[in-house]
Amino acid sequence: MHVTALSLRGLYDSWQIFEMTDMLESIRPFSEETLSNYPRPAAATPLHPRRRGIIIGASDGIGAALARRLAREGYILALLARSADKLESISNEINQASGEQRARAYIHDVAEYEKVPGLLRRIVADLGGLDLVVFVAGVNYPPGGIDKYNFENDRQMIEINLIGAMAWLSPVAEMFQSARAGQIVGIGSVAGDRGRVGNPGNNASKAGLATYLEALRNRLTRHGVNVLTVKPGFVQTRMLKAALGPTPFSIPVEKAVEDIWNAVKKRKQVVYTAPIWRWIMLAIQHTPSFIFRRLTF
Amino acid sequence: MEANMPLTLNNFTQLENFGHSLRAPSYRFKPASVDEICEVFRLAEQEGLTVTVRGAGRSYNDAALNGGGIMLDLSAMNKILEWDPATGMVRCEPGVTLEQLWQLVEPDGWWPPVVSGTMRTTLGGCLAANIHGKNNFKMGTIGEHVVAFNALLPTGAEITCTPNENADLFFSMISGLGMLGVITSVTMQMKRIESGLLEVHAWPVHDLHEHLSFLLEYAPEYDYIVGWLDTMNGGKGLGRGQIHAANYLHGREDPNPQESMKLNNQVLPPRIFGVFPKSILYLFMIPFANNLGWWGVSTAKYIASLRKHTFRQSHAAFHFLLDYVPNWELSYGRGGLIQYQSFLPRETAEDAWREMLIISLRRGMPSYLGVTKRHRPDNFLLTHAVDGFSLALDFKVTDGNRAALSKMLQDFDRIVLDAGGRFYFAKNSETTAEAARAFLGEETNRKFKELKQRCDPDNLLESDLFRRVFG
Repeated sequence: MHVTALSLRGLYDSWQIFEMTDMLESIRPFSEETLSNYPRPAAATPLHPRRRGIIIGASDGIGAALARRLAREGYILALLARSADKLESISNEINQASGEQRARAYIHDVAEYEKVPGLLRRIVADLGGLDLVVFVAGVNYPPGGIDKYNFENDRQMIEINLIGAMAWLSPVAEMFQSARAGQIVGIGSVAGDRGRVGNPGNNASKAGLATYLEALRNRLTRHGVNVLTVKPGFVQTRMLKAALGPTPFSIPVEKAVEDIWNAVKKRKQVVYTAPIWRWIMLAIQHTPSFIFRRLTF
Repeated sequence: MEANMPLTLNNFTQLENFGHSLRAPSYRFKPASVDEICEVFRLAEQEGLTVTVRGAGRSYNDAALNGGGIMLDLSAMNKILEWDPATGMVRCEPGVTLEQLWQLVEPDGWWPPVVSGTMRTTLGGCLAANIHGKNNFKMGTIGEHVVAFNALLPTGAEITCTPNENADLFFSMISGLGMLGVITSVTMQMKRIESGLLEVHAWPVHDLHEHLSFLLEYAPEYDYIVGWLDTMNGGKGLGRGQIHAANYLHGREDPNPQESMKLNNQVLPPRIFGVFPKSILYLFMIPFANNLGWWGVSTAKYIASLRKHTFRQSHAAFHFLLDYVPNWELSYGRGGLIQYQSFLPRETAEDAWREMLIISLRRGMPSYLGVTKRHRPDNFLLTHAVDGFSLALDFKVTDGNRAALSKMLQDFDRIVLDAGGRFYFAKNSETTAEAARAFLGEETNRKFKELKQRCDPDNLLESDLFRRVFG
């Protein structure tokens, strides 16, 4: 399938849907509590080393699939989202599949920034350490047309997608820098690569996240900490099935998660999934403004 | 340290064990006084975190690790409080190392009655693990030379323990893995020496039976005895090696004791032949840290040991073998090493170790260390000692051998438990809660839990080791 063969209108519609896909369910508004009193995971020993991870926004889509994948790799995980039911079912599924306590659920609203340091400290104590933090959470409120404006929605996207990420990744970065070890993964979006007519607020939040992650990377690499920015294109999650228009190069969520896991293993800096989006976005980024500002997506 | 310390993320430190085979991040605090330790306990309570005490971090396992919790690093509490050269009685803070201690007492004609294979360990750590030396059969563990100690319980109570006062805590906090309270000062009796030298006899043993028979037979005649066991060769010579036995020099045996007790004649030289720095020596061990390389080293060592000989050696040189090559443990590579030390009654040791050594050779995972010692039982609660022997083995950990090694050590555990043996909490890193329960026995387990409940009702003191073995 070729991008040029698509009607721009169709692409615009599907983009809106795509941007709503993963995270709509995940993060607002909730109270913070653990679902139940889990026993501590099995002790790490030299012959049974355990890596520990936190996934913020783990109830659906990429977050949930990544949780399953990391658990299969032996990770002990703290899964965070606002939806108690979904978290519980994913945790149970993981724990049953692995036959041990690999996933622990924490109900949390990323917009409640002041709760983050305490919760982080508690999770690290519960897990017995921390090696990996994945920030997946995000919301998207498309304005519904290229002549529509909605500051309240824009503000929420910035508050969750960007400030929410900073609220978590800032203390995590400080911890990892001090421990001289660790890995941070931020799930951004190809939407952050260029400001488009469709959704200025979302573009700004994802661009801000990408720049923030880059800055963390530049700070932390010298301390042995890796920072990975993930930029997914269309990923076939539950929400994408409702897409109105074509969704070119869409990939199953398992494929996206495989790309992310490989990038984590190789300690990469930026990964597009599917990889084709690197070239598509390169083209979009280099489209001259006098053309780009006349487009309708 | 500030009076009112905040729990900040930038004192989050990645800590390792001695074998570099485990890493765990903790919030590290270095108190300088008992009051500051109290404050750390209050902070832990406030934050709902656990506390582990760490000295020099010389445990091979997770005894001084507390992933995600607070690390109470006592290395700054390292003052010698009193030293009486007339009686040999010394009072120290818990962070004082054996190195500080022997360098203080040796010039005055004394020596610590029990020392470990490295001098970097702290007294607090030595008591928590109740260490033994090459004279365990004669002098017992370090706890047997402690006259008194003060401790701070997590409840805030400060207590004094002697073999008569608070005796139950005396015999359980020593060997108690730092899980009942924090030892804040120790009073110990040193051993009188008349020379800075030991007379060492070295002779070969040709198989496991001879090896253990010699340890048994000759121990009563010597002050120290230790065996090197060639772990790389099987067959008829399985268990062959070399015995080193040493005696103190008495009276006029040392013509110039004043000279031999001078520190200069004890301190391990930092360079070989006066030129080659030892600090990089471990790099030259790396090419040998594999089965073929180590087979060559062991075989050569055995051939060299066939000559029976006698020589004189300083105390420091005889005892602190692990300090000969600084950072030797790094030569094991990225996965580090684990130590497996088993203590077996003298009746069952030979058969059990024969089986274990054969298994390790057959499965292609031989140990790169084999050290045997002679032991006697003691009265401390979590004791590892038996009337018999111990065998210490070091295994290299790689990404590829973890599963097979784990399986092998499970088999070893079964062999040791069936033979009525015990394990050492400062060393073995894979001992399970079931194995620990089995060798400690119901009565000991119950007593330890009772004491834990009494001293630390809120479970503030927990280490990764504690959670693994008692959790």
